Amino acid sequence: MAAVILTARGLTRHFGGLRAVDGVDFDLSQGEIHALIGPNGAGKTTFVSLLSGRMPAQSGTIALGGRDITRLSAHARVRAGIAYTFQITSIYPRLTAFDNVALAVQRQSPPDLHSATMAALSRTGLAERAQQIAGTLSYGHQRLLEIAMGLALSPRVLILDEPTQGLAASEIEGFKALIRALPPMTTVLLIEHNMEVVMDLADRITVLNFGRRLATGTPAEIRANPAVQAAYLGTPDAAA
Amino acid sequence: MDFGPFLLLALMEGTVTAAVLALTAVGLSLVFGVMRVVNVAHGEFFMLGAVVAWFVTQAIPGPPWVAFLSALVVAPVMVGAVALATDRLVLKRLNYDPEATIVATIGLLYILQQAALTFYGPDARPVPAPFTWRIQLPWFGWSGYKLFVIVAAVAVLLAVWRLMTHTKAGLVMRATQMDRDTARAFGIDTDRVNAGVFALGAGLAAVAAVLVVPISQAHYLMGADPLLLSFIVVIIGGLGSLRGTVVAALVIGLSDGVISVFFSPTLAKIIATLLVALVLVFRPQGLFGTKAP
Amino acid sequence: MNRAFALHLGVIVALLAANWLLPAYHHTNLARIMVMAVFAMGYNIAFGYTGLLSLGHALFFAAGMYATGMGISLLAIPTGPALLLGLLAGGAMAAAVGVLALRTGGVSFMIVTLMFAQAGYLTILYFGPVTGGDEGFVIDRAARAIGPIDLSADMPRYLSALTLFSAALLGHLALTRTAFGRSMIAMRENEERSRMLGYNPFTVKLTALALSGAYAGAAGAAFAVMFGYVGGSFAGVQYSILPLLYVLLGGAGTVLGPFVGALVMFYLIDLSSLITTATLFVTGAALLLIVIFAPKGLLGTVRDRWLTWLP
Repeated sequence: MAAVILTARGLTRHFGGLRAVDGVDFDLSQGEIHALIGPNGAGKTTFVSLLSGRMPAQSGTIALGGRDITRLSAHARVRAGIAYTFQITSIYPRLTAFDNVALAVQRQSPPDLHSATMAALSRTGLAERAQQIAGTLSYGHQRLLEIAMGLALSPRVLILDEPTQGLAASEIEGFKALIRALPPMTTVLLIEHNMEVVMDLADRITVLNFGRRLATGTPAEIRANPAVQAAYLGTPDAAA
Repeated sequence: MDFGPFLLLALMEGTVTAAVLALTAVGLSLVFGVMRVVNVAHGEFFMLGAVVAWFVTQAIPGPPWVAFLSALVVAPVMVGAVALATDRLVLKRLNYDPEATIVATIGLLYILQQAALTFYGPDARPVPAPFTWRIQLPWFGWSGYKLFVIVAAVAVLLAVWRLMTHTKAGLVMRATQMDRDTARAFGIDTDRVNAGVFALGAGLAAVAAVLVVPISQAHYLMGADPLLLSFIVVIIGGLGSLRGTVVAALVIGLSDGVISVFFSPTLAKIIATLLVALVLVFRPQGLFGTKAP
Repeated sequence: MNRAFALHLGVIVALLAANWLLPAYHHTNLARIMVMAVFAMGYNIAFGYTGLLSLGHALFFAAGMYATGMGISLLAIPTGPALLLGLLAGGAMAAAVGVLALRTGGVSFMIVTLMFAQAGYLTILYFGPVTGGDEGFVIDRAARAIGPIDLSADMPRYLSALTLFSAALLGHLALTRTAFGRSMIAMRENEERSRMLGYNPFTVKLTALALSGAYAGAAGAAFAVMFGYVGGSFAGVQYSILPLLYVLLGGAGTVLGPFVGALVMFYLIDLSSLITTATLFVTGAALLLIVIFAPKGLLGTVRDRWLTWLP
């Protein structure tokens, strides 16, 4: 069993009466690709917002590599090694693709910023579009740009929030290859609705429902889990 | 005069200040609440109201109350028209972008000041009060007109309140303030609402100026103090909250009156400006506001 | 990148040549414009590059002016150190204001900075006996010299203004090339994204504001010594709006924009005062027209349409 790199205990966040994340325990193993799935409104994005520090937790603890990061601000968590890509693409639309990625690359203070940035762009196949204004890129390319920025941080944990949404089929294949190459240096946690991508990529899957952790296991275990099926389909019948 | 009556005089004067200030500040608050625009030229609308009142009272012969009433009608209408034009020609073009509108209203401030300087001149001139009535209290005499100012201001504020809460126009304005996009989805023409609110805000400032100008004088630079004080009132009372604005106007008007009488007015202003800054930093919703700016 | 450096160096060289070519009237004007351009460059660092629309920069300009002026007149500090004191005063004041003001954003930030500047102006009035209030005070001609260089005489004044300007300009240019300069732009463009790349919004903005204040303070200090006058009006709202105007006109977010804006605006008012006394109108109309029709300013539009390499 690999070492655990990120753990959460009793993580809770509510908005008024709505318990978006309700006492969730979670363990992310070093070097794995872990998918987070669940019906709409299950609390997935809120949960990773708590992990990345975008939103403060109301109770519970988070530890990265054994170090308690619960009180750490978002930017400090990024420095500690967590990278996050947004569900709704958030890049610098008025800057070039190059400038976008450079902002991430320069965090590492490389001796040659230009070549390091071009290398980061190449990883997602965007090298030719380096001088293009990011806002004019196609939606799929913008999402790839965001992934490039996340990767350029050389994070220990990369959190991807619905990364394949809006990508064409060929782009998804490229994306899958990219993600598969990341472990063991980088651990990946991804929120996904695309079940094909999930089943193909994930070593383990966690299912959230109504802010609670419903189940965690290998893709086969999750597929066979009746509670999971009920949550998605509303009936105890087996899914195809 | 003993301290007691002196304090009473200060409070009475402060109430007049508060009344005029409340009218001016409500105008600013409406504009910010509904349009989300900070109008730096609001003080100039005030000044314009006073200057127009001077022109009107100069032009209309006969008993002073006739001229004054005419000014009370003409000034808000004219100033409202200027505001309307500004909204259509400038603010709408900028899409009500917060930073751009501030810069644009700064430009407007300079233009209006220049217009007053050119057509009215650099001097301060008095405007005759509509009537003279001396109220004789045991300790001192007081101008009855000042009482009229308070009453008139309260009347206008009540009218505005009634407009906001009991008419369709008011409902539309409040809906736009609460959620602009939803209001638009319900078919409300938010551009027209903006134009109307901007004109109304300017008109209120003009009314306040007309009321106060017989007590003070009309001068092309007189917009600076009302602007600063309205800002203070609106921010402390809570941007977009009418009740908060009125309460804050009362507090500020009274304390400004009292402090200015007993201490240096400059010191009072220093404290007031720092207070505004600190309220914005530590309690951005003011005392009564519900939405943080 | 080389082109950019050459261009900026060229501007400095041209200004140097102008020292011997300009008639006296324009010579003095340009000295004044260069100092104001340093002020505007400082404002550009905060507004054009980091996106902080401050309405209180007069406070930092005045902090420099008064620190230097009172240092020389009241405390008999020698001119050189006094100038440095002014620069530091501007930076320190900006940092102090920033610690509080940067807890807000957008419109609130504008109002908070305006309020602090107003309080500063009123404080100068309140302590009138010491500061000279609105009228201010004049600095002794004898004190306006660094060693043998008499800064009140035309040519030394122009050349020292040019020295300050060149340092500020090249410093600004260098800043845009550094990682920190890029992080300033990142804050302006997408703060949330920048946070999630590990940048601390508060420290980036505070540093930018402090730098901006240092520039403003240096300009105020230079103004006091070169033109021999310290007055309360320099802490007024007008002096918070002028750098905004210069930057908008010249092009926010360009290095040469503030200078271009200061130059054009100065002569716009100068020339229009030949035909009319309505100079307030010129300023107001300029603001309106720029913000409606040319929000990118002169050099900003040039960069957009033709010279994309312009920093």
